[in-house]
Amino acid sequence: MSTDHYSIFSVLREALRGHTGWKPAWRDAAPKAAYDVVIVGGGGHGLAAAHYLAKEFGITNVAVVEKGWIGGGNVGRNTTIIRSNYLLPGNIPFYEHSMKLWEGLEQDLNYNAMISQRSVINLFHSDGQRDAYARRGNAMRLHGVDSDLMDVAELKRILPMLDYDNARFPVKGALRQKRGGTVRHDAVAWGYARSADGRGVDIIQNCEVTGFRIEGGRIQGLETSRGFIGAKKVALACAGNSSRVAAMAGMRLPIESHVLQAFVTEGIKPFIDTVCTFGAGHFYISQSDKGGLVFGGDIDGYNSYAQRGNLPTVEDVCEGGMALMPAIGRVRLLRSWGGIMDMSMDGSPIIDRTPVEGLYLNAGWCYGGFKAVPAAGHCLAHLIARDEPHPVAAAYRLDRFATGRTIDEKGMGAQPNLH
Amino acid sequence: MRIACPFCGPRGVDEFAYLGDATVKRPNADAPDALPAFVEYVYLRDNPAGLHRELWQHALGCQSWLVVTRNVRTHVIDQVEAARDVAAARLSEAE
Repeated sequence: MSTDHYSIFSVLREALRGHTGWKPAWRDAAPKAAYDVVIVGGGGHGLAAAHYLAKEFGITNVAVVEKGWIGGGNVGRNTTIIRSNYLLPGNIPFYEHSMKLWEGLEQDLNYNAMISQRSVINLFHSDGQRDAYARRGNAMRLHGVDSDLMDVAELKRILPMLDYDNARFPVKGALRQKRGGTVRHDAVAWGYARSADGRGVDIIQNCEVTGFRIEGGRIQGLETSRGFIGAKKVALACAGNSSRVAAMAGMRLPIESHVLQAFVTEGIKPFIDTVCTFGAGHFYISQSDKGGLVFGGDIDGYNSYAQRGNLPTVEDVCEGGMALMPAIGRVRLLRSWGGIMDMSMDGSPIIDRTPVEGLYLNAGWCYGGFKAVPAAGHCLAHLIARDEPHPVAAAYRLDRFATGRTIDEKGMGAQPNLH
Repeated sequence: MRIACPFCGPRGVDEFAYLGDATVKRPNADAPDALPAFVEYVYLRDNPAGLHRELWQHALGCQSWLVVTRNVRTHVIDQVEAARDVAAARLSEAE
């Protein structure tokens, strides 16, 4: 039996021979002269697209080019939450598709991504908010997605540490999606990379795109820091840097890049075994397997490519946490970091063709890109292979801003700093 | 991040509200190409990774609208101008 396939037997075999037989999970590939498909961006979305291109669509002459190292961007900087509790028809089927792919991901990839469907609980604090959450829950159920409305008595059994009788924002109940939860985010990048590599995809790190060669309106390849790479089709999955890369192909996108911060505390004993969001402020929390409380809030709210934020947002998030669960007040904050979000103008993503023939765009994920990784990769692969959108991603068009078919899940309008 | 309001002096960023790119110009609604021009104006942005001219309002201070030139890679602010001065300069340029 080969160590290439991970199983209880490979673990036992390696245990008996001092773990000398493990091989690198993917090759450190050098660029070839040309590929059928080149994916720009070795994050979750790009690597997932490569995996599905190879596995489902039989296209294996593929390269993923990444300017840094794979998994070094937002797929390693998020708060690892997965959920499909969306409201609008353009969104629910897509995120549910993603959830179903998450549920089968570890078997599909033969990789332990520590997927934990520990439930996502969105608290509400007023009658009006209860109505809005009930409506969202009903929309989910109409699309076959699980959801249930919880009362305070049930909540108290699961989340005893909340400040239920807070004078300003008492907890009145919650909308729960039991199938939501968390995933080991690095393992998602590594698992997809290993699977794609095993099927012949070249993963080329430290390879920055510096330009595109476009002739007669058709993509011919890309200029990179490691030379020209020819390509019949090119797909962009560059998250926060989407505008910069698209500009090299002459495009202006309906996107602003903003910084989103996240935080982790020192490790403590088991404290909270769900994902919980505060409905009256910017705060959500879960506990990692190492014991650290992982939490975050809203974007800082101004354009940024800095991968770090400012203190007022830190204060705001921590105040939200203290209002919701005062018990965490004496836990020390271990680390905070920022990621660059490709905030689209309506808060929804884009998976579409572009005016350049053979150039495809996957962008505008705002702060919801992680939960979308499997479906975004799958739908992008479908778009590249078939040249037509996957049915569940058909609404994510680039031209929807001109045609008025925006998908305004949060009802914020064309203001990316408000989404 | 602190913004030096020309009227109030340097203040913490939490006193300010953000509106975004200050270089976009509202198109003429009567022009024949008004529709695509408005799509660009409302939705499309350069989103540069470097110096960015952007609108902030000193919402918890003097309420003035400001044009801030800021490096979005480092958050270092180069210049803060009153938005009305910028608009007046733009008008006199157009004349």
